[in-house]
Amino acid sequence: MSDRMLGVACVVLAAFYIFFATRIQIGFMSDPMGPRAFPILIGIVLALAGLYPILRPDPEPDWPDLSRMLEIVFAVAVMIAYTYALPEIGFTVSTTIAAGLLSWRLGAHPIKAGVAGLVIAVGIFVIFRLILKLSLAIGPWGF
Amino acid sequence: MDVLSHLADGFAVALTWQNLGLALIGCLLGTVIGALPGLGPSNGVAILIPLAFTLGLPATPALILLTSVYYGAMYGGRISSILLCIPGDEPALMTTLDGYPMTKKGQAGEALALSGIASFVGAFFATWGLVFLAPQLVGIALLFGPAEYFALFTLAFATLGGVAARNQAKAAIAAALGLGIAMIGVDHQTGVPRLTFGDIHLYDGINFLIAIVGLFAISEVFLFLEHRNETRPEGSEVKLGRITAPLSMLKQTSGSMARGTIVGFLAGVLPGAGASLGSFIAYTIEKRLKNKSDTFGKGDPRGVAAPEAGNNAAAGGALVPMLALGVPGSGTTAVLLAMLMALNITPGPLLFTQRPDVVWGLIAALFIGNIMLLLLNVPMVGLFVRVLQVPSKYLMPAVAMISFVGIYGISGSTYDLLVMIVFGVLGYVLRKLDVPLVPVILGILLGNEMEKNLRRALTISDGDLQILWGSPLAITIWALVLIGLAAPFILGRYVRPKKDASVAP
Repeated sequence: MSDRMLGVACVVLAAFYIFFATRIQIGFMSDPMGPRAFPILIGIVLALAGLYPILRPDPEPDWPDLSRMLEIVFAVAVMIAYTYALPEIGFTVSTTIAAGLLSWRLGAHPIKAGVAGLVIAVGIFVIFRLILKLSLAIGPWGF
Repeated sequence: MDVLSHLADGFAVALTWQNLGLALIGCLLGTVIGALPGLGPSNGVAILIPLAFTLGLPATPALILLTSVYYGAMYGGRISSILLCIPGDEPALMTTLDGYPMTKKGQAGEALALSGIASFVGAFFATWGLVFLAPQLVGIALLFGPAEYFALFTLAFATLGGVAARNQAKAAIAAALGLGIAMIGVDHQTGVPRLTFGDIHLYDGINFLIAIVGLFAISEVFLFLEHRNETRPEGSEVKLGRITAPLSMLKQTSGSMARGTIVGFLAGVLPGAGASLGSFIAYTIEKRLKNKSDTFGKGDPRGVAAPEAGNNAAAGGALVPMLALGVPGSGTTAVLLAMLMALNITPGPLLFTQRPDVVWGLIAALFIGNIMLLLLNVPMVGLFVRVLQVPSKYLMPAVAMISFVGIYGISGSTYDLLVMIVFGVLGYVLRKLDVPLVPVILGILLGNEMEKNLRRALTISDGDLQILWGSPLAITIWALVLIGLAAPFILGRYVRPKKDASVAP
């Protein structure tokens, strides 16, 4: 079933891709092939390759159950929130929280996870910012 | 000898204190990365490229750092294979077969020392192979026109999965996805935006580093989240004893190392094989030849020496087509190609004439790295064993955060970080569906080059498609493409290693 969905997704994606590729503007100066042909070719390959898993799907992969799936969704949410928090509250604070939350969801005790988050954040800050002079997100407090 | 004087120049480039220091750091980091379960050479190098890039290192030192990591990871992969029966990366899979039984027999120290020496032998002679073979290939590569290059890129995709590929259609899906992503952005030849949907962020295209880190590193975090309370690897009880290999054991295994090196190097040079197949074939041949008294699989030292020599020789061999033609033969070399492109170096025949300092400095660095790795690995293996015990619940958040730091360092843009998360989710789904990730990466890397060569060829012929198969060289390459596509159906079942889902790509 998963493989069939993959195949259908590929065919649909290919259709959209080819549609948008045909709408690429062509300037008045162009080479014989032009900017449209290669993307259309890729779309055709994607559609043809997508047909195979629809017709002959592999055995169903081992999807995690719903609760573990929610963990992954939660991790994605943490990462997105982290991305937006970086410029607002600075690198160290947001990294401590994000790394701590990830570590907690990976099975660490909450207190240990918090300590791990702090260690990771401070460790990265010291190595990459203070020693290697990399540019990290600097929040309102300068760290 | 021309080659040797070039090599001497290379050593002059590589033998500065800064470069030696970088090689040492790279070797240490690489060994740790290779040893940690869940991080292999591809992920390890992928996380470190953006960092090396943002540190503003010049090309040669950055290359030295990252290739040391690559070789180090090849060495490190064996540690967890031997001690815990968990291969750190796919090529190390075969080492578990005889390495872990040796540990159970109380010969862990001998197995580690022997595999370190076998790795050194394989990598050392493969680097010599690279020194002599790559310039020969460059001679051939100069005959290539745009049509031949287009065929060659197609060959890279057709053979990437190798004869052991499981599902050619899924590899084609992966390649098409990668190529499709590469098309996004302003067209290089006419200047019109393509598939950007008017979004200004997409005009420059999608940075391949963001895609690589997302697909390899972030997706790994999601895979670990599937299992709560990861059981801690139990390496602490292993008694290491003395970490040396007795001379008699070295003598017994010297033939295995020699055969493993030759087979591995050939597997690495041929397109579409790579290190996994190198170690697999080396082990299989050794078993066919020498398994007279049925000792293989029960802790035979030859079963450790052959695949380790094979996998490290293949890692060196895989650099030949990557440097000389600009076409990577395996997943890890695809990541190394990304590294070169991030440093604004285009591999290929011109590299040898235009930037000899980079090529020969790199090759000299490989020799230095190898010797360092041998010296580091034999006495310090106890330290690396301790690193193995860092549980993934602390390791994976650190990996994720370092990935964010690296990508943020490139552009400082929130948008890029979001794109990376999207690639992480995509990578997770594709890995669950058994769609290989390496063709995606290769598509993103080579897409524009591939299109450019096709369009250039058609411009030369004014739109006549026959130019694509207009020379004997092009016809030969297309024939190889067909063979590469058909081989998995015919030969696949003989050379396919057993799949292990827990192994990093």
